[in-house]
Amino acid sequence: MSLVYAGVLSHGPGLVGRAHLVKNTQKRDEFYAALDQQRQEIESTGAEALMVVAAEHFANFFMNNMPAYCVGIADSYEGPIEDPKWLGIERRKIPGNPDLSRRLVTEIMQSIDVAYSEEWKFDHGIMIPLHFLTPQYDLPIIPVNINCQGPPLTPLHRAWAFGEAIRRACDSVPEKIAVVGTGGISHWPATPDSGKINEPWDRRFLDQLMNRNKQALLTYTNEEIYRDAGQGGFEIRTYIAAAAAAGGPGTLKFYTAELPIFAVGCTVASFEISSDKQD
Amino acid sequence: MSLYNLQKFLYVLNRDPAAQESFRKSPATLLDQYELTPEERGALEQGDIGLLYVLGVNGQIMMHFAAFLGIEWFDYLDLMRKGIEKYGPVRAGIYAMTGAGKSFAEEDNRK
Repeated sequence: MSLVYAGVLSHGPGLVGRAHLVKNTQKRDEFYAALDQQRQEIESTGAEALMVVAAEHFANFFMNNMPAYCVGIADSYEGPIEDPKWLGIERRKIPGNPDLSRRLVTEIMQSIDVAYSEEWKFDHGIMIPLHFLTPQYDLPIIPVNINCQGPPLTPLHRAWAFGEAIRRACDSVPEKIAVVGTGGISHWPATPDSGKINEPWDRRFLDQLMNRNKQALLTYTNEEIYRDAGQGGFEIRTYIAAAAAAGGPGTLKFYTAELPIFAVGCTVASFEISSDKQD
Repeated sequence: MSLYNLQKFLYVLNRDPAAQESFRKSPATLLDQYELTPEERGALEQGDIGLLYVLGVNGQIMMHFAAFLGIEWFDYLDLMRKGIEKYGPVRAGIYAMTGAGKSFAEEDNRK
């Protein structure tokens, strides 16, 4: 078994760049502490690569040719594409692992027609997780994208299947790999409603996710998600993929809806790595 | 309807430093490469965030244009609200306003 860690965490362009605007600094620092704990947990596994299952925001993929799923296979990446001052993260080169990436893509292709890319500029959707999880930028990254922005979107049951494919791929290689899914739950980012969070919806979803309630997780329709969780809610695909990859139940390490400047219910969770695949 | 072209322009501008430099020096040179309606082109030339929002530009694309223009975060949110007041509801896309103009960004510390 070479999947050594699976978890989820929020991202958002304000998590670093707007940190100084936060009123509830205690809650913010608790969130940062939970993220740092996640970093330590990943490091303690001896992970040799970090796969970030993200929901990018038109940094690399556009409606001229939009893959439902894509995995990066480059030797290195660059990020952030955003103004570094605006994001609060310096632009830099980030190491990849093309050989490992190609082996993973090849295995994922056994069940999912995944796209791959040898060019990838990271936006905040990946840079924010890296800022907290590998602050020295010395861990090879395998970026993964699920299109959660430009409908038509991949169905939730396919996101689950994609997660399972990631798991099979990780288990087919000798390297130790950590996987994190990063997205929002309910949120209305980059609209006048930025900061709006449907906390009951978030908590229900997280409860289903931690219990790995596949039936409930895959029952949401896009119409329901858009109505109750906003266009940002489409990013639950990344969380669902991470849960499917893990195979075991999760533990919610942190959640708060009290940091609206971050425009998302701030979440950190990890899953048990289980080979029980009785879904 | 050329919302696709409008968003494509911003997509390219967001990720390409050479395009950003070109746009700063001579907006028309870059804009000429895209088939845009006069309303769309005018919104880009004027940096009219409110109109771009109403035209349906995806917020994840537009917020980087706002940052590129040096617009602060809370001003960016206000400009979208004012766009709704001036031009009417969002005409396309999935980034429609749901909160009737209410502000959810409680940490607005502007003086």
